[in-house]
Amino acid sequence: MPSVLGRSLSFALAAIATLVVLLAAAPRITAQGGEPQYFAIRGATVVPVSGPRIENATVVISRGVITAVGKDASFLQEAWVIDGKGLTVYPGLFDSFTDIGLSTAPPPPGGEGGPRPPQPISRGPEDRPGSTPWRDAAGEASLADKRIETWRSAGFTTVIAAPKGGIFPGQAAVLDLAGERNGDLVVKSPVAIPVSLQPAGNFSSFPGSLMGTVAYVRQIWLDTDWSTKAEAIYEKNPRGVARPRYDRTEAALTDALEDHAVVLIPANNSVEIRRAFELADRWHVNGVLYGGQMGYEVADEIAAKKLPVLVDLKWPEADKDADPDAVPSLRTLRFRDRAASSPAALAKAGVKFAFYSGGIAAPKDILKAAKKSIDAGLSADAALRALTLTPAEIFGVADRLGSIENGKIANLIVADGDLFNEKTKIKYVFVDGHRFDIREPEKPKDPPKGDLTGKWKLAYTTPDGPEESTADLAMASDGTLSGTIGSAKRGTANIISGYLGVDKFSFVINIPIQGSPSDVTFTGTFDGTSLEGTLNTVGMDLDFTGTKSDAPTSRNRGEIALGGAR
Amino acid sequence: MRMRAVTCAKLFLLSALLTGLVPFQTRAANSPAAANEPAPVILIQNATILTVSHGNIEHGSILIKDGKIAEVGLSIKAPKDAQVIDAAGQFVMPGIVDCHSHIGVDGDVNEGSIAVSSIANIADVLNPDDIGMYRDLAGGVTTANVLHGSANPIGGQTVVIKLRWGQPASRLPFEGALPGIKFALGENPKHSNFGGRGSGARYPATRMGVEETIRGAFAEARDYKSAWDVYNKRVAAGEKNLIPPRRDLRLEPLVEVLEGKRYVHSHCYREDEILMLLRVAKEFGFKVRTFQHVLEGYKVADELAAAGVGASTFSDWWAYKVEAYEAIPYNAALMTRRGVIVSINSDDAEEATHLNQEAAKSIKFGGLSHDEALKLVTINPAMQLGIDKRVGSIDPGKDADLVIYNHDPLSAYAVVQKTLIDGRVYFDRQRDLAGRPSLEKEKKTLLDKEKKASEKKADEKKPDEKKPDEKPKPPADSVAQTLSLERGVAPTGGVL
Repeated sequence: MPSVLGRSLSFALAAIATLVVLLAAAPRITAQGGEPQYFAIRGATVVPVSGPRIENATVVISRGVITAVGKDASFLQEAWVIDGKGLTVYPGLFDSFTDIGLSTAPPPPGGEGGPRPPQPISRGPEDRPGSTPWRDAAGEASLADKRIETWRSAGFTTVIAAPKGGIFPGQAAVLDLAGERNGDLVVKSPVAIPVSLQPAGNFSSFPGSLMGTVAYVRQIWLDTDWSTKAEAIYEKNPRGVARPRYDRTEAALTDALEDHAVVLIPANNSVEIRRAFELADRWHVNGVLYGGQMGYEVADEIAAKKLPVLVDLKWPEADKDADPDAVPSLRTLRFRDRAASSPAALAKAGVKFAFYSGGIAAPKDILKAAKKSIDAGLSADAALRALTLTPAEIFGVADRLGSIENGKIANLIVADGDLFNEKTKIKYVFVDGHRFDIREPEKPKDPPKGDLTGKWKLAYTTPDGPEESTADLAMASDGTLSGTIGSAKRGTANIISGYLGVDKFSFVINIPIQGSPSDVTFTGTFDGTSLEGTLNTVGMDLDFTGTKSDAPTSRNRGEIALGGAR
Repeated sequence: MRMRAVTCAKLFLLSALLTGLVPFQTRAANSPAAANEPAPVILIQNATILTVSHGNIEHGSILIKDGKIAEVGLSIKAPKDAQVIDAAGQFVMPGIVDCHSHIGVDGDVNEGSIAVSSIANIADVLNPDDIGMYRDLAGGVTTANVLHGSANPIGGQTVVIKLRWGQPASRLPFEGALPGIKFALGENPKHSNFGGRGSGARYPATRMGVEETIRGAFAEARDYKSAWDVYNKRVAAGEKNLIPPRRDLRLEPLVEVLEGKRYVHSHCYREDEILMLLRVAKEFGFKVRTFQHVLEGYKVADELAAAGVGASTFSDWWAYKVEAYEAIPYNAALMTRRGVIVSINSDDAEEATHLNQEAAKSIKFGGLSHDEALKLVTINPAMQLGIDKRVGSIDPGKDADLVIYNHDPLSAYAVVQKTLIDGRVYFDRQRDLAGRPSLEKEKKTLLDKEKKASEKKADEKKPDEKKPDEKPKPPADSVAQTLSLERGVAPTGGVL
């Protein structure tokens, strides 16, 4: 959001920032004397979610808050009027469990993804393996996360963000995806304590098994309970009594539980879901399940337990790199076939559920995945609710977010049609009453000069030393680029978007950097034989050069190598 | 956990034998709801009944009501509404009890990271969808003692289950069966053979260390128990505002062992370590319930009998590591003759599919009687697990956990026809066979559907390069073309 920063920073900085984000999709409206604080969207179809849709209605936004909704809603004269004819207004969407919006700090030991730093061996529960419950999303919320913009541009105005990594990674907060200071992102904190049952250790570090992890979590709850009680007793009469120990894990969990944070319990298949019932009972916590993709088998039981569910929208699918001769089990096949029908089953059983992006990397695919559950029997209204009001209810912010109602925070989507229609374009997104124009990434008007198709060697120097990547590029006739960029160190990533216009190229990939998915943008010039330009990522600009690595003579060799590798 | 060289060969055999042996029930057909309905009244007729407790009955009948054996005899009149199973020419025996199993466990069966992993509990991670459970059911097993692995001197907590296939995990545990805890002696807990698995980092590395670890843990458990006893006493005496001891999930099960509320099942091989654990148990005042594997048990059979400890062993597996060299196939028979309660266990989902044959081997090696051999996999393991009042023989009042074979179960030709648990048929060979075509069809349909979807996706992803105003195609060295070339042209390579 360079323009926002620009307001408070010097003009020069703003100019540079604008330049850097060449593909900026959502510039915020700024005008002399500050951006507008009053808006009126007139004559639009309004889908409040909390009530029936209203045709030809007006939504009024004043200083970040919705102040009127209805056919005859009046508004101040200074309001910026948006003609809503042919447009539909929805509440801003929630991604109900993610790490979008958090700074790119490396995950703690035991975290997932990326090369792990050598970690101390844990000899038992007393070493608190994989436990950093004092980390909080509110404290780590950072505008530096570029995914804030991509998520927001796809209509996601709010996320339930939680630190990642370990068994108790930290505390989740409700974040709105816009602001001028990092703190502006935070709507409420803490709202949840996510728990992972992925063993944090291995054969030489506790816990190395699922059962060890389950036992560990239970011991932690017991310890937390004990320390709360012991401390209270000690405070009453400290004299002559050995003082109870202080433990950071226990203290953080005690505080979060006192703040009514729910506990997120992983449960994707029916065995895990049923196990989670017992865990929630045994732990004496307000549990919320996450995963839920085999809900179609146990929806009634979940309803009976009255446990809310966060449904992972990354539906299971066949592993592309799986052994082609290995036939998956019927159970696996059924799961892949029916997973997307889980939301419909949950809705039918009366389970309260919300959607989250899971591992989906491109936000536009989140709505596509939700659409899949609509195709599998979920009503569009229920799907929309699972992206708006229900998560607001689950995380205790339905009094301020989740629907288009008078007095609620002005988080809105203005689209030119039905949200779940793939052809629908989002025109504007409002976050806390700030308007963002959504534009498609600009494509050059001029046709490309030359062809970038082929294999390239990209050379650049990082702070750690020289590095090389290979680019497998395919260029369409209009200059659109696709393909992969990979290196032994960083892995391989698909190009999200890219083009060559005349001799200027630009393409974007998303790779984990220090544990967080980050966009890397390559821009520069193609002189007909080689590439020269800059790669830009979080806080870093590096010059790079590219040379063709598959000259026609070597093509056959390359083919053989490729074949052999399979 | 046993490690042996024959595993691969066995697995190969297993896959050859069991290809296509897939569960016949859909989940709906045997859903928890179905189990909540009253058990049917069943009459098994014309069978050779191997009661185990009181001899064999030719052309006998078994009446099953409310999941229990109501009557056993020569001729029983079928009550109204009874399902009649005509078992003419077939054999009925008590369901097999497997005293050492690792089926139905989610995740690793070892919490191997720490020397005393008693905090871990198999009961927390039961996985009722494990296909091994269904296969064992098809091998006549109705009850299994599901154990933690043997990586630690004191391992995790164990649970006895019934193989109620199709039921949720919460319905698997054998009601009223005392829980257990796994101990392990010798090479595994001292990580002798775990070269590449981060060994060396963890104590103990010797048999002496194994003993010390067990003694140390029980000393701790004793202190823990006394801390609670003192606290409870002071509270009972009316003291207020006392800070209670912290609950310790690692020590609680050991206190239960000291209080006789939890069985110790100890993995072992050598005579010296067997005697060691008996001494430690005596010192701390607890009982070892069973020695598992106990391949050198024949050397210390008198000591085992005197201590009243059960022995659960293999028929004829050995030499898969140094401590397993002095095993003999006469082990089960020799210990039996010395008055030890002996069972034959599986330690492995495949092995459990033919425990009847494993038991039969002790007739050849050691000359056990037909009945004695059957006991090795029925009433004896039931006694070892403290569930012999419920299962292990065919007697009125016991659970209707029964297996129907087409031949004498101790014959190599015997194949399980039906397996019943609590008077319900959980495996039926005919139903399984009849159900396969529709399952195969469903599988094919789903595979085809996935294939179609992935082809469609691939089509969508192709850049729209068929436009008329298209400029010449990119040079042939594009990756996409290279790949399509391979797909289309390289028949001998078969790379994709």
